[in-house]
Amino acid sequence: MVAYIVRRLVLAVLTVWAISVLSFMIIHLPPGDYVTSYIASMSASGSAVSEGEAQALREQLGLDKPITVQYAKWMGLILQGNFGMAMEWGRPVSDVIGDRLTLTMIISVAAILFTWGIALPIGIYSAVYPYSFLDYAFTFIGFIGLAIPGFLLALVVMYVGFAWFGANVGGLFSPDLIEAPWSVAKAWDLAKHLPIPAIVLGVAGTAQLIRIMRSNLLDELRKPYVMTARARGLSEYRVVMRYPVRVALNPFVSTIGYLLPYVVSGSIIVSLVLSLPTVGPLLLKALIAQDMFLAGTIILLLGVMTVIGTFISDLLLMWVDPRIRFGRE
Amino acid sequence: MAELAAPPIAGDIAEDRIAVATQWQLIWWRFRKHKLAVGGTLVLIAFYIVALFADFFAYVDPTESEAQRSLMAPQPIHWIDDGRLSPFVYGLKGTRDPLTFKRVYVPDTSTKIPVIFFGHGEPWLLFGFIPTDRHLIAVEGAKPSESLFLMGTDTHGRDLWSRLMFATRTSMTIGLVSVALSLILGVVLGGISGYFGGTIDTVIQRIIEILRSIPTIPLWMGLAAALPADWSVVQVYFAITIIISLIGWTELARVVRGRFISLKQEDFVMAAELLGCSKTRIIFRHMVPSFISHIIAATTLAIPAIIISETSLSFLGLGLRPPAISWGVLLQDAQNIQALVISPWLLLPSIAVIVAVLAFNFMGDGIRDAADPYL
Amino acid sequence: MRTDTKPLLSVRNLRTSFFQDEGTTRAVDGASFDVSPGKTLGIVGESGCGKSVTAQSILRIVDRPGRIVDGEILLTRADGSQTDLVKLAANGREMRSIRGGDIGLVFQEPMTSFGPVHTIGAQLVEAVLLHTAVSKKEARRRGIEALRSVGIPKPERRIDEYSFELSGGLRQRAMIAVALSCDPHLLIADEPTTALDVTTQAQILDLLRKLQRERGMAIMLITHNLGVVAEMADDVVVMYLGRVVEQGKVDDIFHDPKHPYTKALLQSIPSIESVPRQRLATISGSIPHPFNRPAGCPFNPRCISSIAGRCDREVPQLQTVGDGRKVSCFLYA
Repeated sequence: MVAYIVRRLVLAVLTVWAISVLSFMIIHLPPGDYVTSYIASMSASGSAVSEGEAQALREQLGLDKPITVQYAKWMGLILQGNFGMAMEWGRPVSDVIGDRLTLTMIISVAAILFTWGIALPIGIYSAVYPYSFLDYAFTFIGFIGLAIPGFLLALVVMYVGFAWFGANVGGLFSPDLIEAPWSVAKAWDLAKHLPIPAIVLGVAGTAQLIRIMRSNLLDELRKPYVMTARARGLSEYRVVMRYPVRVALNPFVSTIGYLLPYVVSGSIIVSLVLSLPTVGPLLLKALIAQDMFLAGTIILLLGVMTVIGTFISDLLLMWVDPRIRFGRE
Repeated sequence: MAELAAPPIAGDIAEDRIAVATQWQLIWWRFRKHKLAVGGTLVLIAFYIVALFADFFAYVDPTESEAQRSLMAPQPIHWIDDGRLSPFVYGLKGTRDPLTFKRVYVPDTSTKIPVIFFGHGEPWLLFGFIPTDRHLIAVEGAKPSESLFLMGTDTHGRDLWSRLMFATRTSMTIGLVSVALSLILGVVLGGISGYFGGTIDTVIQRIIEILRSIPTIPLWMGLAAALPADWSVVQVYFAITIIISLIGWTELARVVRGRFISLKQEDFVMAAELLGCSKTRIIFRHMVPSFISHIIAATTLAIPAIIISETSLSFLGLGLRPPAISWGVLLQDAQNIQALVISPWLLLPSIAVIVAVLAFNFMGDGIRDAADPYL
Repeated sequence: MRTDTKPLLSVRNLRTSFFQDEGTTRAVDGASFDVSPGKTLGIVGESGCGKSVTAQSILRIVDRPGRIVDGEILLTRADGSQTDLVKLAANGREMRSIRGGDIGLVFQEPMTSFGPVHTIGAQLVEAVLLHTAVSKKEARRRGIEALRSVGIPKPERRIDEYSFELSGGLRQRAMIAVALSCDPHLLIADEPTTALDVTTQAQILDLLRKLQRERGMAIMLITHNLGVVAEMADDVVVMYLGRVVEQGKVDDIFHDPKHPYTKALLQSIPSIESVPRQRLATISGSIPHPFNRPAGCPFNPRCISSIAGRCDREVPQLQTVGDGRKVSCFLYA
């Protein structure tokens, strides 16, 4: 068991490192560097920067050193909590990101909970009564859910809300509470607004999970221990829920690990359409404006949060499956 | 009391047929029974015919814009004229919108323009070198660019139907190119990982796990935004395909590796080794045929995700950009909710996306079920 | 068989079929036999002859798309009354209390017969609580006792272990413990030793015999292994393609087989006393495809004594040919 945890932890750290390298690469992909953009924005506002000043700035920021040194410096700063300046906003990146990252994770988790809550019962039903009318119906709906890109569903939802109810169903807070500090009222407001984004985000993942649960459970239901359980006189309900479902749950739980990055990804696009105050719209703006520090940091933080989430799901899996606890993965 | 049992002939013959059928015949027979899968395949064939002959299915130049025709509602074909089957569309007349005072076009019910199928229209090159001017839909006695607006127009006044035809070509082929790259990466890396095992397997496995834990869209957005703005449409197209396939290969690699690992332990592989077959021969002649159908299924199922990714990226403005035409580019116009409410037909290309993705999923599921020997 | 005691279980003309798209399989096609209280009935036959489906039909746990289509299964209850199991709802309360309560089942696959994510204790206790109204503590105590009675050392520790922590032999013993935890009158053992090595096999059979003596319970032993039958059974039923072809006391069957199939089976057992370097006797042909049942007697294509014109047209019925002996063959009709 300990070996398992250590292995997952090491993997998590490696992943975070890989993400940091990728984010760094993205920051430095566009031609020119921070100083060139700085000069450009300075001259746009009327002031000029001399060659000497530019060179001094470069030295000060370490931009004249080889790329590996720059990376080391950047990582050092990050670990101290200094994420650099968001150039377009003129404020530190951490200021600009603020709440948004937390909100992104809240929406993602809400979407996952929704996905689970729907996919689990439907998947179980479909496996116990395969080829029934409801099974076909669920499969069909599931397919549609798979086929509609998240942003499309968000668009349709917005459209319906606007055209039929004249209301703007996007956003996570009522207008008067957006800028307010956190309070119970604000939290409740958030909860009221969560269902729509959570559902839109969760639909595609739901379809996937239903299929996985259904096929896993179908496999388990064919196994001898199910018949033995029945032979003991258990009611059908208990036979199914206590044994094969518990076993089929294991691969299900392990899919959370991959569901989280998928949902976080999707939340970017969906929050753009629904105008949610999360990291998505911010990232897009940063990318279009080539504000690479902001963009790179967002990518890095998103990746880190995802890895943490995945690690938590690994721990969850261990708790659920005794075979892993005993070292027989 | 005597009983007569049922005659056994049918069973005998059926068994014999099954005994001599090749692997592919067996797969085909099982696939045929799967009605949804067959349906999906037919739909996809239709899509690819459109992609191949987009010029034929369109009726105007998809890039031709005309501001005064901006955001026109769809003008459907009317089929019955005075009780006879005679398709036509209404002509247009220009008026001034009373609210905005802008010049707009509205249907003129007094003018009927007959519609001819397989008629003459704008010239184009069949297969790139045979000049022709036949189109699926054409009109008589008028210019198609001024009379046919089957799906309405976008903000720039470009005909949506024609643009959709060309968008189908782009979107359906990007999927193929991307998946081909993913396939190569996946098969090679997955195969090495599965067949040789040991350290190299662990390393590749970890890389795959790391890649799978990274949220892909922010990464794609970052990479796509970093592409120089002055790259040509074609360069951007290929760069996007490469970017998308760089993450997509992990799923295929997993499938390939899983197959290799389970096959390595099969007795027939050991038998081949004992007979003295070389490693290459074992891999290609004995192992690969066992899982090639699974690879085909996994590949087919990977395409919808690629199509959705490209559509999403282009929708955001980070993927293909105008003058390139893809489903995502078409849907960019639909970003603005206010505009969408006034012109809901801008969402019509999304139907193409949904149908294509569904069709791929059905077909892929059908192939996978048909190829699985344990089902 | 002693005809003065009412049989514990009486199967009459049982027919169970599987309905699939490709065709209908008559897995059990008119099987009739009795199980006497406190005795062991051995059901013998090749794979695919319908033995397991018979056991599943008795317990009403036949998997979809299978269904009992005809026949009666009469169980004599503790109070002397008879219940037709076919008429009960498969998942109704009465059938479920019979399952595991009056009739216990031991399976062939000890590896996979236990739910993998629950301790054996949890599954044991669950069975006890289901059929007897006792407290959890008492149920656990009974579970430990059950494990002890099947010869599992240190049962207080083992009860909290998972099935994958036990060896094959211990697992099978635990399975038997679960099946016996509610003191059933009949134990159905479906190939209980097939997946075990010979030494463990002997131990398990010894255990079953001991438990039978102690509790006076009947055993229905399903196997394709004639050696096991010779050792354990009092009465034997031979099945082929879903029908009973011969029935009788174990000594009679082994020393005086009547049905050609039984004779061929017995001849095919390799023996220490046979002449060396001689071909092993086999039964010619192979079991027909389930969709391809032969006309007339199901064994006739492979039978050396087949009567042309009769055996390939009419189906023989089970006839009494002696004291407790029944055969289904036109040689004796």
